[in-house]
Amino acid sequence: MTELHHPGIDPVLARRNKRVAMAGLFVAAGMVGLAYASVPLYQLFCQITGFGGTTQIAGDAPKGFIARQMTVRFDSNVAHDLAWTVTPAAHITDNIGKVDTVNFVATNNSDQPITGMAVFNVSPEKAGVYFNKIECFCFTEQTLQPGQTVDMPIVFFVDPELDDNQELDTIKEITLSYTFYASDNEGS
Amino acid sequence: MADTTAHLEAHATGHDAASHHEPTGWRRWVYSTNHKDIGIMYLVFAIVAGIIGGLLSGVMRMELQEPGIQIFHGLAAMVYGVSGGEALDAGKNMYNVFTTAHALIMVFFVVMPATMGGFANYFAPLMIGAPDTAFPRINNIAFWLLPPAFILLLMSLFFEGAGGPGGLGFGGGWTVYPPLSTVGHSGPAMDFAILSLHVAGVSSILGAINLITTIFNMRAPGMTLHKMPLFAWSVLVTAFLLLLALPVLAGAITMLLTDRNFDTAFFDPAKGGDPVLFQHLFWFFGHPEVYIMILPGFGIISHIVSTFSRKPIFGYMAMAYAMVAIGFVGFVVWAHHMYTTGLSLDVQRYFVAATMVIAVPTGVKIFSWIATMWGGSITFKSPMLWAIGFIFLFTVGGVTGVVLANAGADRALHDTYYVVAHFHYVLSLGAVFSIFAAWYYWYPKMFGYMYNEFLAQLHFWVMFVGVNLIFFPQHFLGLAGMPRRYIDYPDAFGFFNRISSFGYYITFAAMLIFFYATWEASRKKRPAGDNPWGDGATTLEWTLSSPPPFHQFTTLPKIDSTNAH
Repeated sequence: MTELHHPGIDPVLARRNKRVAMAGLFVAAGMVGLAYASVPLYQLFCQITGFGGTTQIAGDAPKGFIARQMTVRFDSNVAHDLAWTVTPAAHITDNIGKVDTVNFVATNNSDQPITGMAVFNVSPEKAGVYFNKIECFCFTEQTLQPGQTVDMPIVFFVDPELDDNQELDTIKEITLSYTFYASDNEGS
Repeated sequence: MADTTAHLEAHATGHDAASHHEPTGWRRWVYSTNHKDIGIMYLVFAIVAGIIGGLLSGVMRMELQEPGIQIFHGLAAMVYGVSGGEALDAGKNMYNVFTTAHALIMVFFVVMPATMGGFANYFAPLMIGAPDTAFPRINNIAFWLLPPAFILLLMSLFFEGAGGPGGLGFGGGWTVYPPLSTVGHSGPAMDFAILSLHVAGVSSILGAINLITTIFNMRAPGMTLHKMPLFAWSVLVTAFLLLLALPVLAGAITMLLTDRNFDTAFFDPAKGGDPVLFQHLFWFFGHPEVYIMILPGFGIISHIVSTFSRKPIFGYMAMAYAMVAIGFVGFVVWAHHMYTTGLSLDVQRYFVAATMVIAVPTGVKIFSWIATMWGGSITFKSPMLWAIGFIFLFTVGGVTGVVLANAGADRALHDTYYVVAHFHYVLSLGAVFSIFAAWYYWYPKMFGYMYNEFLAQLHFWVMFVGVNLIFFPQHFLGLAGMPRRYIDYPDAFGFFNRISSFGYYITFAAMLIFFYATWEASRKKRPAGDNPWGDGATTLEWTLSSPPPFHQFTTLPKIDSTNAH
């Protein structure tokens, strides 16, 4: 690397320069690595904290329900390249902590089989961490035959611990929103 | 000390040998490994890019002078060969392409090359008493990466972007948020822009490593870090910011590139990605980036205020460590650009508080500049005018920054012209005024000739009136709710938009004065002398001839304990 210097430069200085430059390159490479590492870290962070409305996946039922009531509304959006109609379930009002089951209804409007997939979000985002789904169709690919209509069930409950969060004291409604996308290759 | 003697001898012999064949003609510039020549090339590059970026904003201001669409549909018809309603749509797209290109050019190809490329390359080695930078050839590569990067960006203007008739170029803003930068602009225009930023980023990272190594290892004997001039300090801090921030941008736009072309899903919600993640990554780079643009200016202003007040800078240590603090805190405030993305209240509280904390070291700097002037024997030469103009304008921009730091106020002001006014006050007025201050301060040193003082002062006053006329009314427009990045607006916003456009024409006239003054100085050839500024100018570059010899400090200067900054 000495040829990067002016001819005749002190070799001791050249070595020190090289060391600093290597450290600099190492830092720059490390920051690129950190940018990529942030992808899984960010997802992990969202799952743990419910940041940005990420919901929780629960294995079993809650400990019990409390007196406070909560209305849960459902919403569905379909990407423009997916020839489906998805009707959201009607909103439901129940005590916080009770397990409820609702159905979305999806229809394939085209004349060929289409595979779609749904992603979801909760609003207000702070409530995401308390929204527990025991069963749902999110992130699983569903193939609908031409003209086929299916029920898509969601089994969920709102965690009673929501009552302890002061930021959510005034919340009377939670909205669960799904967006349906065409899966790769088979989308129309 | 034996070590130092070895240095001296090594440099003496090395430069004696080199001085026998100083390169001439085009080889001197294209093959240049001389930090001063490379600095000059950076400055010329920044001026050329600045003309293009400035003209783009001129067309935008002409369009916005009146409500309705006056200019861009005709321009689109001319350039893209479309007509009627298609020309109107193409014109709207073209306006967005112009705003995007204006921002990218000004940030990456004007301000950064001028400060960290031009003045830092030229003067940081002189101020620390070094014969050159640590890696002169890396310096050459870093500069010559910039023109191809710039050409890539200009090419992106002429490739398909959003699609449709006349849908050329990328019009999604310099922040390149997905999905507008992924599925929203499926054509190659965005890919060109991404590659341009990659190349420019590599250039800046190489430059930063070179400057860090130079400042750490090549200071003259006796020049400890705590005796180093503040401009060298500002360059050191800025180089670290570049080293830490730019790779994150490189990573983020590489993810964009693979999302666009290689079927990855970093930011595609359909496949489990998250577009908001891009915003986090972008602003983790983007916020330090604004300090990258302004910190060298801080260093420059300190020297000018001290020189023309004939006093050492007030609170040297506080000034140096205020820059370190600004650089450090600058990395932990990024989400204040993202208050409207649904951050929880606690996260917003943190980012509000952290952002306001930056006002403290910034205030230390403003007060120290004023305290330096206090009781000094001030001469209002043109560099001093630009420096005081900088302090005034930067403070205005800083105050509106504190307003915007509040998540509550930002709800209303987000993406309005209030934000546009704010960041133009700190950058287009703050950073650019510091660049002109440095130009007039160091022009006699760089070129050996004195410019016409009257013309330099006229340039200042016309520009000061012009830029304030452009951007001050934009505060009112923003408070009234005018959103940014639109080609058209309701009639109610007409008055202040007209004033703002008049301001542009005045600024344009100021730039003509600048070019005339530069031409005049090169024609009249008034010798400047080694130090035209007198006793106040104490840094090492003034001990050399004007312009400095091709290789300086063949005998390294010795800094004794009393000889400070």
